[in-house]
Amino acid sequence: MKAKHWKVNPVYYIGVGIMAILFFTFHTVPFLKGVFYSFTDWKGFGDWNFVGLKNYGVVFSNKDILSAYFFTFKFALVSTILVNIVSLFLACGLSANVRFKSFLRGVYFLPYMLGMLIVGFVFNFIFGNLIPELGRAVKSDALSTNILGSSHAFWAIVFVTIWAGCAFDTLIYMAGLQAIDKEIYEAAALDGAIGWKRFIRVTFPLLAPSFTINMVLSVKSYLMVYDQIMAMTGGGPGKSTTSIAVMIYKQGLGHGQFAVQTANAVVLFIVVVVISVFQLRVLEKREEKVG
Amino acid sequence: MKSRKKYNEPVTVILLAGAAVFIFLPLYMTLVVAVKDTSQMQHILSFPKSIHLENFVNAWEMTDYPRKFFNTAFITIVNVIATLLTNSFAAYAISRNRRKSKFFSVLYYYFISALFIPFHVIMLPLVVQANTFHLDNIVGITFLYVIFGMPMNTFIYCGAIRQIPEALDEAAMIDGASPLQVFWYVIFPVLKPTTATVAILSVMWTWNDFTMPLILLSDQDQQTLQLSQYVFQGQFSTNYNLAFASYTLVLIPILVIYLFAQKKIMNGVVAGAVK
Repeated sequence: MKAKHWKVNPVYYIGVGIMAILFFTFHTVPFLKGVFYSFTDWKGFGDWNFVGLKNYGVVFSNKDILSAYFFTFKFALVSTILVNIVSLFLACGLSANVRFKSFLRGVYFLPYMLGMLIVGFVFNFIFGNLIPELGRAVKSDALSTNILGSSHAFWAIVFVTIWAGCAFDTLIYMAGLQAIDKEIYEAAALDGAIGWKRFIRVTFPLLAPSFTINMVLSVKSYLMVYDQIMAMTGGGPGKSTTSIAVMIYKQGLGHGQFAVQTANAVVLFIVVVVISVFQLRVLEKREEKVG
Repeated sequence: MKSRKKYNEPVTVILLAGAAVFIFLPLYMTLVVAVKDTSQMQHILSFPKSIHLENFVNAWEMTDYPRKFFNTAFITIVNVIATLLTNSFAAYAISRNRRKSKFFSVLYYYFISALFIPFHVIMLPLVVQANTFHLDNIVGITFLYVIFGMPMNTFIYCGAIRQIPEALDEAAMIDGASPLQVFWYVIFPVLKPTTATVAILSVMWTWNDFTMPLILLSDQDQQTLQLSQYVFQGQFSTNYNLAFASYTLVLIPILVIYLFAQKKIMNGVVAGAVK
């Protein structure tokens, strides 16, 4: 038998090896190349020279890039908090003894199925045409203007993100709620923990694993916010809603900032890793404490 | 305590109202705008006086819907089949040999750590590399989807394979089955629920993805449904009826699938996240 010569049958090596080589070539190599380009002045074509840390200097001093970081952090923070609050309420509601339960669950999960781009276009129209029409009907100047063209465009993007993002988070919280033993509630009721008090003291701590998943995935995906901005504002008005991901695409591929934006991407990578690892550490410690 | 049979009426009403305003109203608006003509746009939400199905015909022809549908379906279907066949065996090989050999253990952590690399980080170099390898078409992008799915799918599959007792493999091995036979006839059938999860997540990802097609598929004939909505956005300009007819055409296939497979999809998404 072959297995005697090999500690592990070669078929396994071939099966994984092919995938590993392809993954290395098309995922890791671009990643390493990106790191490499970030120390050059390459434009994506033609000659290049090493420029040391100059691109990183630009990332940390360019006003547009810094404001993109500020926008992205603010967006990720606000969206993560709001999406999780709304999702918690929805999950509790949808886990209560309500009529049409499976129908309602299906309806609230629907946004997950729809591509973010088209959702963005539809809400573009709602903010740009439907709400102003209603605003004119009630003679409100504030409602009559398109929020996407104003300095409040940020909140419109957050709204659409909540609309689309709650589906997934709610589903995870519902699964967490289902895993909670009903006897715990009965014991809590004997101790006088009901309603709001029960939620804070009993339900929420027991949802710790779901909370960890949602927090980590939310922050990571909202730091990468892209589709809804491309659909709704394209980064405007001005550059006020330009996220880091949008900036990498727009400036990196169209505006001759290829090398600077690869440096920006490396910084973004470090930011995402640091935040994710930090979150996992803190949240898992919390899980241990409450579990 | 409340009896179990009693429904919570206030919460029911709130949830129904929320669903009506936040989910059904935008969908209703999408459909209504899609069947109106410009003269009926004074009151956006009013019920249409006359139905203009020619909006759909125009959107269909303008965006070359059949071509875009074929491209998207090709990417989605080929990707899901290739992903299930290659990623599942790779994960099986990794999972079963992790303790026997450093090689597999290192690869496990290699794939998992790649989960931390957001797509936009490799986007710019990938565009350059994709041009060199001529991956700027539906076949190339499908190939990339299969490879880029590896970290997530390794994670999901390994979690499931760990639960399957190795005695099952050993029994089959003693009967003279090769590793591929063991995998295909013994393990793969047991993995069915996990395979469903991976399939659902892959389909959702590729069908709705906008970023990869945007940077890779510049040729009109190669574009996907999502991307074509972005590309035609300028040409729709203020003809919202045409635009919404087009969006509706893109949303219908996924809504039909959801209608029939809602439970399976929701279960699959939970299983993929909780692992």
